[in-house]
This record gives sequence, C-alpha cells and structure tokens, in this order.
Amino acid sequence: MSHAAGAHAVHHAPQGFIRKYIFSMDHKVIGIQYWFLALTAVFVGMALSLFMRLRLAWPTESFPFFGEGPMTPEAYLSLVTMHGTIMVFFVLTTAPQAGFGNYALPIQIGAADMAFPFLNMMSFWVTLTGFFVIIAAFLVEGGAPIGGWTGYPPLSAVGEIAGPGQGLGQTLWIVSIALFAVGSLLGSLNFITTTLDLRTKGMSLMRMPLTCWAWFVTAILMLLSFAVLLAAGILLLLDRELGTSFFIPAGLVFSEQVIDHRGGSPLLWQHLFWFFGHPEVYIAIVPGMGVTSQILSTFARKPIFGYRAMVFALVGIGALGFLVWGHHMFISGMSPYSAMVFSVLTLAIGVPSAIKTFNWIGTMWGGQIRFTTPMLYAIGFVSLFVSGGLSGPFLGQPALDLYLHDTYFVVAHFHLVMGVAAIFGMFAGTVYWFPKMFGRMMNETLGKVHFWITFFGVYAIFMPMHYIGIAGHPRRYAETSGVDYLASMQPVHEFISIAAMITIAAQLIFVINFFWSLKKGEKASENPWEATTLEWTVPSPPPHDNFGGNYPVVHRGPYEYSVPGVAQDYILQTTPDSAVVKAK
Amino acid sequence: MAETVLKQRPQVAGGRGGGDVTDGGFGDPGRGSGPPPGTARRTYHTGMFLALVGISMLFIAFTSAYFVRGGLGDDWVPIGLPPLLWWNAGVLFASSVTIELTRRALNQGLRSQCNAWLGLTALLGAGFLAGQLAAWRQLADRGIYLATNPSSSFFYLLTGTHAIHLFGGLLALLYIVWEAWRYRLGPAKRTLVEVTAIYWHFMDGLWIYILVLLWYWR
Repeated sequence: MSHAAGAHAVHHAPQGFIRKYIFSMDHKVIGIQYWFLALTAVFVGMALSLFMRLRLAWPTESFPFFGEGPMTPEAYLSLVTMHGTIMVFFVLTTAPQAGFGNYALPIQIGAADMAFPFLNMMSFWVTLTGFFVIIAAFLVEGGAPIGGWTGYPPLSAVGEIAGPGQGLGQTLWIVSIALFAVGSLLGSLNFITTTLDLRTKGMSLMRMPLTCWAWFVTAILMLLSFAVLLAAGILLLLDRELGTSFFIPAGLVFSEQVIDHRGGSPLLWQHLFWFFGHPEVYIAIVPGMGVTSQILSTFARKPIFGYRAMVFALVGIGALGFLVWGHHMFISGMSPYSAMVFSVLTLAIGVPSAIKTFNWIGTMWGGQIRFTTPMLYAIGFVSLFVSGGLSGPFLGQPALDLYLHDTYFVVAHFHLVMGVAAIFGMFAGTVYWFPKMFGRMMNETLGKVHFWITFFGVYAIFMPMHYIGIAGHPRRYAETSGVDYLASMQPVHEFISIAAMITIAAQLIFVINFFWSLKKGEKASENPWEATTLEWTVPSPPPHDNFGGNYPVVHRGPYEYSVPGVAQDYILQTTPDSAVVKAK
Repeated sequence: MAETVLKQRPQVAGGRGGGDVTDGGFGDPGRGSGPPPGTARRTYHTGMFLALVGISMLFIAFTSAYFVRGGLGDDWVPIGLPPLLWWNAGVLFASSVTIELTRRALNQGLRSQCNAWLGLTALLGAGFLAGQLAAWRQLADRGIYLATNPSSSFFYLLTGTHAIHLFGGLLALLYIVWEAWRYRLGPAKRTLVEVTAIYWHFMDGLWIYILVLLWYWR
C-alpha cells in the first residue's frame, strides 16, 4: 500500500537524481514523464502514418525499411495497426489525462500531491512498460501485428496462420494493452480519490476549474471501461495461448486448414471491445474540452459561458458514452431494433456536444480576445471538434453507416474529432502550462507559425477524405490501383500525402520551439497569462509540495474575469472579497 | 457604486460567485487551511471503494461473456463442481468473520486477541487458496482442463481470477502480520486493517457470486 498524501505534510522532497526525476513520486514530475512518453509515441505514430501515406500515394515505389519493390499489403496493415494503437493509447490517452491531469489537477484543487503518490509512480512505470512491449512487436519474428487497433478475432485469435505479425507480434500487442489498462486503472483510481478527498478549503465541486471536471469525468470513464478491456484481453490471450474458444467459431478455415476451436463468437469480442472503445474516444477528447474551456475563458477575459451547463454536459457526454458502443457495430449484422436504439442514443450525444460548442462561442463572444498561441490552439480545437463532430450524425444512422462504415469517411471523421482535435488540446495545454512547468515562456512567433501550418495542414489532409469516402473508397486497403473506379481518386491521395508531409515537417517547429524555450525562453512570472486558478498563485515552477506548506483557501469560482467594478480584470480564486481592489 | 456591484454581483462562472462557502472540500469551516485530520483515512477508504468498482467491472465483463458464450454453440458441457468448493467457501466465510474480529480487537486495543484473530485469518486465507488448488487438481484428474469446453474455461477463468485477487489480499494480510510481529500494529494502523477487511469481505461476497453463477447457470 502506498502512503497517502493527507494530513501530514507529504513525503519530503527527494534529493538524488534518480528519486527526483526517474522514480519520482511527485505528481508534477510524473505528469511531465507522461508528457514525454506521449511526445515519443506521437513521433513513432507519425512516422508510421508517413509510410502509410507514401504507400497510398506512390504504390509502386520502394521505401526505406520496407525492402526493394512496393511495400507488401501485410506491411501496410501492420502500419495501420501500430499507428492506431500507439496513437490511441500512448498519445491520446496518455498526454491529455495522465500528463496534464497529473501535473495540474492537484495544484488546481489546492492539494500537495495526488492521494497515492506511490501508486501514481507505479501507474507511469506500468504504462511505460506497456510502451516498450508494443515497440518490441516491431522487432520480433513476423513483425508487428496486422489485426488493427481493435484487434478483432478471429484474425487476432488464431495465431501466425492468420498472417505475419499475428504470431508473437499480436501476443505482445495484447500484453501491452493489458499493461496499459492496468496502469490506467491505477491512475484513474488516484485521480478520482484526489478530486473527491483532497480539495482545499473553499474548493467546492462547483468551484473547480473545468479542467478538473474534465479529468474527473475522464477518470471515471477509465475506471469503468479499462477493466472491461482488461477482461477482453485476458479472454483473447487465453484463446491464443491456452486453446480456449471464447471468440473463435467452429469450422473456421485459414489457409486451407481447419482451426481446432469450436463455438466461440467474434461478436462477443466486438461488444466487449467497444464497451471500452467508445468511452475511450471520450477519454481522449474530454480532457481537451477542459483545457479548451480554461483557455478560452482566460484569453477572452470573460467568465466561461454557462459553467454549470458545461459541467452537466461533460457528465452527460460521459454517461451517454457508455450506452452507444453498438454504433461501431452496425455492419456486424445486429438486429435493426438494437441498431435503432444505439442510433438514437448516439444522436443524443449531439445535445451535450452542442451545448459545449455553443458555450465556447458564447465565451468568446464580445470578449477582448488575446490571440496568444494557447488561445489559437484552443480555437483550433473548437473548429476541429465541430468539423469532425458534424460527420457524426451521418455515421450514427445505421442506414448511412452501412455504406460509409468501411470508407475513408470514417477515417476523416474520427481523425478530426478525436485525433487532431485532441492533439490541438495538447498543444494548447503544453503552451499554456509550459511557463508553470519549466519557468520559461515558449516562443510566440514559432508557436503561431506552427499553429497556422498545422491548422491548414490537418484540414488539407482530412477534408478530402470525406469526399473519397462518399465516393466509396474503402479504408484499410494498401492496394487500390487494380480497381477502376478508385483510379480517379489517386490524385487526391497524392494531394493528401503531400499535405501530410508538410504537416509532419511542421511538427519539428513545435519540438524545436519546445526545447529551445526550455533553455532560452523568456523567464516566466508566477502568473504570465493573468489567469485565476490556483496553479498561478505559486512560483513557476512550483515547489515540491506545490504550496510550500501554506495551503490555499478558495473564495470564489475559477473564471472571474472582467468583473464589473473591480480594478483588475481578473480575480484569483484565493482572493477574499475584502481584498478585491475596487475600480476608482 | 462599486460596493453595490460587488455585493449584488450576479452568478459569475463557477457557481455561487464570491464569499466563503461553509463547506468546501473539507469539513469544519472553523479550522485552519490544509487537509484536516482524517484525510488520509478517507482517501484510503475512497481508494479501496474505487478499486472494488474496478474489480467489479472486470467480473461484470466476464459475466456478460459467460452468458453470451453459454447461449452459443452446442459445445457447452456443464461440469460437476467438486464438492471441495463448498468446504472452501466455508473456510472463506470463517476468515471473513475472523478479520472482522481482528478489526474490532484492534480498535479496542486488545493486542493479543487481535494478533490471534489476525494470524487465524491469514491461515484461513492460505487454506482457501490451497483448497482451490486442490479443487483444480481434482478437476484435472477427471480430465477437465481449461480448454476442454467453454464451461470449464469459465470455471477456471472465474475461480483463477478470484484466486489471484484473493492472493493480493493475502499479501496485504501478511504485511499486517509482519507489522504486528514487529510490535508496530497499533490503532494508528487501523486504516490499513480496515481497508484490508473491506477488501476481504468483498472477496468473500465475490466468491458467493461466482459460486452462484457456476452452480445455477451451468
């Protein structure tokens, strides 16, 4: 059992390098560790997508790492699988929640650390082990798995006979995902406990910044969904390694061999997987919603529009997220009646999503907006969330989904709404909290250049995919040149690939900016953005126990900007009414 | 002017505007800032509750798989549960009683009683695991293995997963025994004993649930 950061002053500040930066129990260090893990993973994932784009645009060329001649379809499928897995788990689930959440949640609610610091350290190291295991899948015989990030059986369950990479590679994939699930469960337990029990005096639930609400809701989603993924992973591993038949039906023939299993159901996996998988997409996007709300309010110098509605919308999105997994399975042959129920519930998610979007725009409306880099990324988040979200109601209807499901339309939809929107949330969060994390500001000019190239870049990549999707271009196919009606879409692929190369190159600007600012950035004050929440009341970077033993007392809500009759245009959460300086 | 504006300020973002809430994160508004006494204890209880929610979700997922798989195909052959399982259940119930007695003895400061009940609980826990192992051996002797048929797969899966979780509880118990051995188990450690007891009772309830599942829906 770890020891709780409770009544007595937390653990003392560690002295040695290893305890301070490697096996650290300090939530701030752990948050940054998660952030760097995600940064590493995102570059691996991007490199994989680059090779996919090269293959699609120039099908006959040979590329480095893939031998002479065109890349094999199997190699392409392993790229699809690993890109999806690494991005969804080790980027989208890692940075927004575990990274920023670990760093900022305890400070924002006025706690000295997470509730269970040791458990927190364990979460990170288990997750990191999971990352090493998935990377190892590239290096084993047969290479990386080709079963997709959803790992559908029977392809994922019968072993090597289903293709290269379905041997040891697929096993490592399952082990990695199981480790990730365990790490996430430990982490979510910590987040929920911290939010419930360690809020400082005056920090009522309805005074928490929306970031904290987002991390709280996400943690609940993780606790309930990752356990189910873990269960599914265990069953799949038993099917593969110990001969059970949970997911493998009878009489299955692979490469002219009858597989010696009977009676299982691949659909069972789909239900278990998507019961996790749908909440998972909210796990990726909800923290970004929190960061966006925070930043829009701060830089519009206005209170967030409809705080309560924002909280209820977050909770509503989270709750509905558990009831809609079936919309990923419309084409699995489910009963039209179930499909209809899933469809109605899916469309209902449009309501809280629209509330959020409306309130974001309402927050900016009439504000004296400061167009700093974090603000641009946050506005970018709103834009991408809307653009990607609008295709949701199309896909949420079974009749349309039957046609669109296996086309590029879906690729466009989920990349915009949960991929790059969440990534923009991460960019925003990184630039916003960078001064707090490292005591220096990031460069605004480089930041803006990076923003504009990336913003137009991702639209150039994903918007055309809607069109080729509607035109019937199937996804997941490496080879399209043999099909007549697809030939006319080849120039679109070339355009997308060129846009992707430019956008990927532009990410170097962000990384250069990051590391350059780490060393040479302008020194940051305690509160460079003139924001109101608790992390801006402590030095940048904060001391080991965040508040130097002086616990803050909270007197007001988190978004008191431009309060009429007050001298300053923001009031810190810690400022009592008696200390508010009135306007002359 | 400014005065009235401040006083009658409409609801600003984040709830009730300015002023002190009587009770924010922590209880008594009269105390100073910082976490109040008892916070650590509360976090342990919350954390344990959440851990049990997570474990429940794991078993709920297994349960749904159990029913779905049971309704499919013609290969489901019910296995006869080894009678030993009922004895094991008895041992586990007994350990639930003894851990409760441990907890109470500790709260009343009765050291020797507490140690006795604690030792007995650990023994009963180990006895349950040994009994489960023996039950698996009995089934194996009858030629029923994990992959024999879906019914046996679920039998081993559910009992095995339960056993792994119970083993975790046993490790916590052994840690408490070790602390008691070194005369470090006082009322100050009661939180540790309490959450372990909650976990242990939960494992007991979970075992009943699994038995019902395996017995009624064979």
